[in-house]
Amino acid sequence: MAEFSLPKNSRITQGKTWRAPAGATNVRTFKVYRWDPDTDANPRTDVYEIDMDTCGPMVLDALIKIKNEIDPTLTFRRSCREGICGSCSMNIDGRNTLACTKALEEIKGEVKIYPLPHMPVVKDLVPDLTHFYAQYASIQPWLKTETPAPSGRERLQSPEDRKKLDGLYECILCASCSTACPSYWWNSDRYLGPAVLLQAYRWIVDSRDEATGERLDQLEDPFRLYRCHTIMNCTNTCPKGLNPAEAIGEIKQLLVERQGA
Amino acid sequence: MAAAGKRMLTPLKRVKGLGSARSGTRHFWIQRVTAIALVPLTLWLVWVILGLVGQDAFVARARLAEPVTGMLLVAYIAALFWHTQLGLQVVIEDYVHTRWMEVALQILVKFAAVAGAVLATLAVIRIALGN
Repeated sequence: MAEFSLPKNSRITQGKTWRAPAGATNVRTFKVYRWDPDTDANPRTDVYEIDMDTCGPMVLDALIKIKNEIDPTLTFRRSCREGICGSCSMNIDGRNTLACTKALEEIKGEVKIYPLPHMPVVKDLVPDLTHFYAQYASIQPWLKTETPAPSGRERLQSPEDRKKLDGLYECILCASCSTACPSYWWNSDRYLGPAVLLQAYRWIVDSRDEATGERLDQLEDPFRLYRCHTIMNCTNTCPKGLNPAEAIGEIKQLLVERQGA
Repeated sequence: MAAAGKRMLTPLKRVKGLGSARSGTRHFWIQRVTAIALVPLTLWLVWVILGLVGQDAFVARARLAEPVTGMLLVAYIAALFWHTQLGLQVVIEDYVHTRWMEVALQILVKFAAVAGAVLATLAVIRIALGN
């Protein structure tokens, strides 16, 4: 059966509290999930009090400040700090998003920060995305053609057809949507999840790609595609404002269309 | 994932699994068709039942014995049980991950749906034909 409660060694305990420096007047509290694979200890939540007068405006600024000035053991991924690399996706204030584009002023009260839900944790805020990336690889995310490229110039695409890629090509594979999806939580071993299905649709709808039918064949499966029950968490949580649920709906429509119903 | 265990499989091998079933669209489509059918049929049935409130059993029986009523009732029964077993199949696929239990439940649901549909249809026929 599906597991609805955490196993004993995953229950979260209360961790350490790091007080704000004396004299700080503009203090905010951050509650951060911690787990260290090198100890046998259960995961815990550490509390950090930060002087906001010396902190940047985004959640990532606060995390970097914690790591630099308070607790260098805090582990998280980050790179571009401008919402284009997808590294710093995590669960902030109960919602999956990018720490670098989530403004602290949008959050009321204590700032709660956890890793992306329902993924194996490598350490602290770093989830293991190996399976997610393998799922991406499985949809063969590259242009597939039989017709050779025209000599000396690019494969042409009309402006209307290029427009169909808008809202798809912007996906940065941060996995916020997939790890917000209950169907992905219960069945990610076989269900591809919203991010990978949106990426699959990006190639299905590309007018230059000649493998549309084969791509649909690969997706036509009760688990790979049809675990989507239009719950819409994906679309609600996407930090880039994309609509994976709609892309999945389009794939289903194409499948119905080709069988003539 | 957690049970990846000691098998030395590459991540891609795990994802590809047994390959695409190349099915599921039919299931998806029929679930929608039966859902669409159930909207007017359910409204109609509620209307019929409301019309029978306060009436005695003979009036109710006579109403259900009308040819159009019986026909629509059978259509309602077919759509309802068909839709139900399609939906329950998905629920079991979603949540039951112990293989033998999953198979047993899927069989049970199909049997129960057929039994329910047969029994309900028989009841309508008996009323329509006056036993």
